[in-house]
Amino acid sequence: MADERKVIVSVKNLKQYFNIGKPNEVKAVDDVSFDIYKGETFGLVGESGSGKSTTGRSIIRLYNPTDGHIYFNGQDISKIKSHGPKMKEFRREMQMIFQDPYASLNPRMKVKDIIAEGLDVHGLVKNDDERDKRVRELLDMVNLNPEHMTRYPYEFSGGQRQRIGIARALAVDPQFIIADEPISALDVSIQAQVVNLMQDIQKKQGLTYLFIAHDLSMVKYISDRIAVMYRGKIVELASADEIYKNPLHPYTQSLLSAIPVPDPEIEVKRTRIDFDHKRPFEDDQRLQEVMPGHFLYCNDEKAASFK
Amino acid sequence: MEKILEVKDLHVDFDTYNGVVHAIRGVSFHLNAGETLAIVGESGSGKSITVRSILQLLAKNGTISKGEILYHGDDLLQKSTKEMDDIRGNKISMIFQDPMTSLDPTMTIGKQVAEPLLIHNNVSKKDALKRAEEVLRLVGIPNPSARMNDYPHQFSGGQRQRIVIAIAIVDYPEILIADEPTTALDVTVQAQIIDLLKELQQKIGTSIIFITHDLGVVAGIADRVAVMYAGRFVEYGSVNDIFYNPQHPYTWGLLDSMPTLDTNEGSRLHSIPGTPPNLLNPPEGDAFAPRNAYAMEIDEEEQPPFFKVSKNHYAATWLLHPNAPKVTPPEGIMKRFAKYERLGGNVK
Ligand SMILES: Nc1ncnc2c1ncn2[C@@H]1O[C@H](COP(=O)(O)OP(=O)(O)O)[C@@H](O)[C@H]1O
Ligand SMILES: Nc1ncnc2c1ncn2[C@@H]1O[C@H](COP(=O)(O)OP(=O)(O)O)[C@@H](O)[C@H]1O
Ligand SMILES: [Mg+2]
Ligand SMILES: [Mg+2]
Repeated sequence: MADERKVIVSVKNLKQYFNIGKPNEVKAVDDVSFDIYKGETFGLVGESGSGKSTTGRSIIRLYNPTDGHIYFNGQDISKIKSHGPKMKEFRREMQMIFQDPYASLNPRMKVKDIIAEGLDVHGLVKNDDERDKRVRELLDMVNLNPEHMTRYPYEFSGGQRQRIGIARALAVDPQFIIADEPISALDVSIQAQVVNLMQDIQKKQGLTYLFIAHDLSMVKYISDRIAVMYRGKIVELASADEIYKNPLHPYTQSLLSAIPVPDPEIEVKRTRIDFDHKRPFEDDQRLQEVMPGHFLYCNDEKAASFK
Repeated sequence: MEKILEVKDLHVDFDTYNGVVHAIRGVSFHLNAGETLAIVGESGSGKSITVRSILQLLAKNGTISKGEILYHGDDLLQKSTKEMDDIRGNKISMIFQDPMTSLDPTMTIGKQVAEPLLIHNNVSKKDALKRAEEVLRLVGIPNPSARMNDYPHQFSGGQRQRIVIAIAIVDYPEILIADEPTTALDVTVQAQIIDLLKELQQKIGTSIIFITHDLGVVAGIADRVAVMYAGRFVEYGSVNDIFYNPQHPYTWGLLDSMPTLDTNEGSRLHSIPGTPPNLLNPPEGDAFAPRNAYAMEIDEEEQPPFFKVSKNHYAATWLLHPNAPKVTPPEGIMKRFAKYERLGGNVK
């Protein structure tokens, strides 16, 4: 956990719309604000289409935000130019790991070239020897055999490919990693391997994670704080324990009530809480801190009821 | 209890460019009338091929090289193509993981749901469509009469899976095989679909084979559970046997690698090291041995037979041999044993 609570990423009133002005306009991210503290794992959960990936992709500036600001270490990065030197500088500090370990690695590239791409782009190694040495270090760090650096992605299993993706992200020594459903495509036994690895590396390197997922039990386990997203908005944000013990938003309650638990006794007793999707938001609602560190999307009257 | 389906010593091979893949290597199980049997295991373990063999829906390069599949005592492997066509979708039907690939994007959903009736039964088109509408209501499609002429893309993912279920049950099959029907869905939708399947089972008395890799889902739906690894079953028993008195180290590993909601932060997840074996050259001994912290010498040499744990609970691990040393399972499993005792079972 982050002791000194230094903010590394701050998202302020972020909006990311697609097809603006057209009939198929999508408000994928619709006025979202949150802070991520240095050294923490910030979990982002919600059903598919709720805007989790878009939030992550906006933060790493794969898009130009429709509105709002993104601060990284205090610096506003929401307007920096796509191909400018500033962007290049900041891309070294922030990396992304993707869900699909099959689609996200170029099948025609050797593993060592995949991993070294960032090293080359940022000129971080002087020659081939140094480059190979660094690739070996990285493979070793993610528990892959450094001797396999000349192989191609298809020669690896799903879990191993995800390790390659992690090694690639780590190559440039970033401070912050956005992991977009990094374990969703993996088998449970392999999920645990990857989660353990991510946690080990976090401890060693003092990394900060934005961990996007729809598997809630793994998110609870890995995250310090969790934000629940629904239709482009954050409806609740609190520490992982608090979200699970004291969910306040009806959507969070419904989500939690649906998590299957590997225990028949609990499953027999489980009752699902249905959420009414027809009218989820009212105009007078906004995300506000209703208890210390616990944010809820609600109106002022509701917020006052917690005082 | 009546056994409506019995699979005996099933072997399935695939001819590939690299040689013969022994995908299923001697699988036996049965399905009782009215129950839900879950088959769980990691991807590639052979779950889909096992159930596809029942309906003989294998790819061209696949052959059932050995075994019997008895449906009410009758071997399905001896049936003619025509006889099998009559059983498929009628007496035994199947739901697949991805609803989009099992629906025809160019056909209205009313017609798609009615189709099995028109193929298998002597009913008029009008009656079939009427029945389709009833079944769409049964699976929870709101206002079905207005939506009969809509196409699949006009429905959400969860609704599409409901439509797929409607097609599978429209002829009230005796056996419903569901191959990861909720894996592609959000948890809230998954929970709804599982509740729906349970409700349908009550209403129409179907027996279900439910395939999943998610033990949480298994705990909620199964009466009995079979755990599969590398083309074989390694353990099977009642849902309580498997969750509270598991005996195979692979079952331990699966159960232990999932965080429960009370898994402490800071405690490490138990993970199963390594990856499953290549079934081009299956190992001689226990296929799980290289990943098994409890493996003994004999595991490298000889495949363990099934040992009886209790009535209807069997596990294929040498640890159950009378001469095997006593081992202490992982802490998470010990907690499960404690629960088993509380529930009145006796831990062997
Ligand atoms: N590039 C894009 N163009 C148009 N719509 C998009 C684009 N990317 C995402 N969307 C839409 O934005 C919404 C949020 O998507 P996404 O962020 O991928 O959700 P999640 O990751 O939570 O599943 C969805 O409705 C999706 O269809
Ligand atoms: N058409 C095929 N050709 C070659 N191998 C196949 C074919 N279909 C399945 N297999 C192999 O059979 C094994 C079992 O597959 P499957 O039953 O689909 O696994 P599961 O459903 O448990 O994920 C896998 O190792 C897979 O690679
Ligand atoms: Mg996404
Ligand atoms: Mg399968």
